[in-house]
Amino acid sequence: MSGSRIQNNALIDRGKTLSFQYDGKTYQGHPGDTLASALLAAGVKIMGRSFKYHRPRGVWGAWFDDSNAIFNIALGADLHPNCPATTTYLEDGMQARSVNAFPSARFDIKAMLDWFSPFLPAGFYYKTFMRPDWHWFEPTIRKMAGLGKLDDSVSDGYQSDQIHQSCDLLIIGAGPAGLAAAVNASKNGSAVVLVDDHNIAGGSVYQLASDIENQSPNLWVEQQIATITKNGGRILLSTTAYGVYDHNLVALVQDLGFARAPRLWRMRANRILITTGAIDRPITFANNDRPGIMSASGALEFLGRYGVLVGKNIALLSSHSHTGDTVNRLHQAGVRVATFTAGDNSPIAVGGKNLRALNVDSISHPCDIILASGGLTPLVHLWRHAGGRLEWDEAIQAFIPASATTSLRAAGAANGVYELDEALADGRAAALDQPSPKAKNTYRIKPFLPELNSHKRQWVDFQHDVTVKDIELAARENYASVEHLKRYTTLGMASDQGKTSNMTGLSVMASVQERTIGQVGTTTFRPPFVPVPLEIYRGVRRRQLFNPPKRLALETQHRKANAALGEYGGWLRPAWYGEGDAQETINREVIAARNHVAIIDASPLGKIEVIGPDAAQFVNFVFYNTLSTLNPGKIRYALMLSERGIVYDDAVISRIDQNRFIISCSSAHVDGVNNALEAWRQDGHDPDRVFVHDTTQNWATITLSGPKARALLSCLEIAVDLSPDAFPHMTFQQSDFMSAPARIARVSFTGDPSYEISVPTLHAPALWSAVNKAGKSLQAALVGVEALAILRAEKGYIIVGKDTDGETMPHDIGFSQPRLRKKSAFVGDRALHTDAANADNRRRLVGLSIPASENRLVTGAHLIDASGSKPRSTGYVTSSYDSPTLARPIALALLENGAVKIGDRVTVWNQGDVRQATVTMPCFYDKDGALLNA
Amino acid sequence: MQQFTCPFCGLRNETEFHFAGEAGKIRPDTLNEVSAEQWSAYLNHVANPMGHSREVWVHLPCQEVFIMQRDTLTMAVLGVEQLRREPK
Repeated sequence: MSGSRIQNNALIDRGKTLSFQYDGKTYQGHPGDTLASALLAAGVKIMGRSFKYHRPRGVWGAWFDDSNAIFNIALGADLHPNCPATTTYLEDGMQARSVNAFPSARFDIKAMLDWFSPFLPAGFYYKTFMRPDWHWFEPTIRKMAGLGKLDDSVSDGYQSDQIHQSCDLLIIGAGPAGLAAAVNASKNGSAVVLVDDHNIAGGSVYQLASDIENQSPNLWVEQQIATITKNGGRILLSTTAYGVYDHNLVALVQDLGFARAPRLWRMRANRILITTGAIDRPITFANNDRPGIMSASGALEFLGRYGVLVGKNIALLSSHSHTGDTVNRLHQAGVRVATFTAGDNSPIAVGGKNLRALNVDSISHPCDIILASGGLTPLVHLWRHAGGRLEWDEAIQAFIPASATTSLRAAGAANGVYELDEALADGRAAALDQPSPKAKNTYRIKPFLPELNSHKRQWVDFQHDVTVKDIELAARENYASVEHLKRYTTLGMASDQGKTSNMTGLSVMASVQERTIGQVGTTTFRPPFVPVPLEIYRGVRRRQLFNPPKRLALETQHRKANAALGEYGGWLRPAWYGEGDAQETINREVIAARNHVAIIDASPLGKIEVIGPDAAQFVNFVFYNTLSTLNPGKIRYALMLSERGIVYDDAVISRIDQNRFIISCSSAHVDGVNNALEAWRQDGHDPDRVFVHDTTQNWATITLSGPKARALLSCLEIAVDLSPDAFPHMTFQQSDFMSAPARIARVSFTGDPSYEISVPTLHAPALWSAVNKAGKSLQAALVGVEALAILRAEKGYIIVGKDTDGETMPHDIGFSQPRLRKKSAFVGDRALHTDAANADNRRRLVGLSIPASENRLVTGAHLIDASGSKPRSTGYVTSSYDSPTLARPIALALLENGAVKIGDRVTVWNQGDVRQATVTMPCFYDKDGALLNA
Repeated sequence: MQQFTCPFCGLRNETEFHFAGEAGKIRPDTLNEVSAEQWSAYLNHVANPMGHSREVWVHLPCQEVFIMQRDTLTMAVLGVEQLRREPK
């Protein structure tokens, strides 16, 4: 037991007592405590186990610079994993358990792993678990690794607010420099936002042993806050700036209390001022990971903010001149402090779970706590996120911000200015974008050279158990670049993210290579600065609000008809109608469509109008097929290619009049086709002579398909001559339905005569009920998308993207005429005449036939050529169904040189299952088109 | 998150924009002989300049296609131009 609570003007509310549990034992604390400060006050030293060797660890820092004490915390029904003990504020009733330890951090059965540590150096995994196969070891290692356990109920009601704001000046860090800057900047009325990750502003002022600008630290902070607020500045507390992104976007995460989803602020700032301060660097010496060895600034934070004295008999080991506040504050609190300078004096920490002494030059100095301070490291993470450069300052042995840009500044300790008065002046100047006053620097630091080739273990990364020896090994094996070093040893890879371990690791590497740290360089700093829950990025974009589907105007009617709704190409559409067995229902719909008439909601089909004096020339250029010769009133099937000659979409195109076309593209590709049309229109044509207008959602379309389609259409009050001669396949008519305009296109996606009736969306319900009423006597059936997919496959009609892939050209799917004959330029034209396009082994669309007694082929199964020494895939099945019409399985496939293989037998392979099929033409139904054209 | 200026709508977040290619690329006249090398250069050759870059972008909500100049190193937007010529 070494820590204790003392009476001072700390920031906790001593009037109230909170009760909590840690590893099964009950403790008390006060509002304002963190879990770590309350445990330290109760004399608890061991708060966690290291990741690899399960060594006992106490806290190193008092805030985000600690990665040893990580707890799973339960409070009421909430269980949250991986909460840092140093940044989680205490709440009454919390039950905390250290992660990575069982049954407790004090007695952990996996501690025996440490005995094997000589056999587990850096790179051990990479060397050992290669043979016979990593996957053989993976499950066990995964089980042993990892920290807290995630409970599914964590996400119940856990939803982050996301706030988008902007400001003139964002000041990050409300320490002395930040507060002084915010006062100065807010005076002239500019919109200032000051953020700080603590719930009380002030930064390092509570560590001071003396006044600040002739006032007590607590009073000084209060006055700055009052001034900033009076001037209209805003202060966000419990808010961490964890990343700076392009164009001055700063991500802020605001803690709202335990088990509440934090709030994300996306703050766009004209200027950013980084006043994040500096943190203490560990010192590498023998056994420097023992519980009770902590940073000097951490001890002062515990004292100043929480009234916790970390020990009774303290040894201070440092390598720099600025330890006065530490010694004075601890003396004021009545503690003896023995000071030692780190150097060539081989310090060794003596003791196990309880520290007994610090040996220096072989002389033993009894102590219960060792404070280590290897120098100050400016927190330049955000500076680097923002793209600011760093330079190595040999005098203060630190990387500091180099050149300032107009919108990015650093001030105070983050800028390498450690004297209090100088830091205040630096902050005030930076606030007004004035040059920094030339700072006097009394800070002195001895470049620290870690002791190499030592037999004792000296720890660099406390969380991942990386030692000086591991870094020496990495250097020996030529992982000498800092980025390689980091990945080989896992140095600075966990939640610490190098905050404490980075500089120590670099100094070891510098020693090994006999270079300066500046020459060794530093690893890249990336967001997030502190761990953040992924939830903050999700916010309200969940379930129905995550990529919401487009809804049909007739959705109510479909639901009334028992439609099973599914998402197809971004639309919520009826997959089938009825509640029985899905496949039987779908098959029944197919049969009804073939024998009687199908009613299909085809509203998602594209309806993009192309209008203007250049419209004909334009569509003729953008599409593969010749459209300039299309007569008004006629419809033509056309493919849209990319400039690489690859089929992007297929469409039926109606010419309404000389200067007006309607592009009815696939429902899933409407946005893409529209974008392509707009891009060619604006960047390639005169945009004043052709217009593109997407009216897809303005019109609802009901398709009637089947032998009785004409009979059904004739029952509707639409005045059109339906005789085959007056209204042949691939033509359209304009008429009226209930005094609204109606367009009827005779096109087919089923192989049977079909009519697509389009009316303005408002009139869709009237048309739907008229069609259903008239359909009753004709045994009409509602048909969903699944049955439609079978109907079109029976006819050999493709779905682009399903029956084609990223290599399919139009002549691969049977459209070779325009490639050879079209007289004018079109998108992708030259690409259709490359060597690859002319090759005779291109994959072509074919049909596959198998006996009625067999199961259907698996979509994606490979068509194998077994004639060579090694079997080779020559294509694959793209669509496969049990055809209700033909009462046998059918399939479409892409097959190398398939056009000349009609009638051949082909081997079909799927995950070891080998089948035989006969190659056919892709069309299985009404091959001569007699029914279609009837 | 970068911010770009659409000539039609003004300053918007980059998620509203699509990159459409480097500016100044001329489509070969495919009615005349185009060598495989010329066509390949048209399809595949991008300069990817470090620093000043001139590019075609699309603002998806309004579908304006325009030219943007930016610095690929500093991410600074140097200016935007509309493609449309003023009516004669």
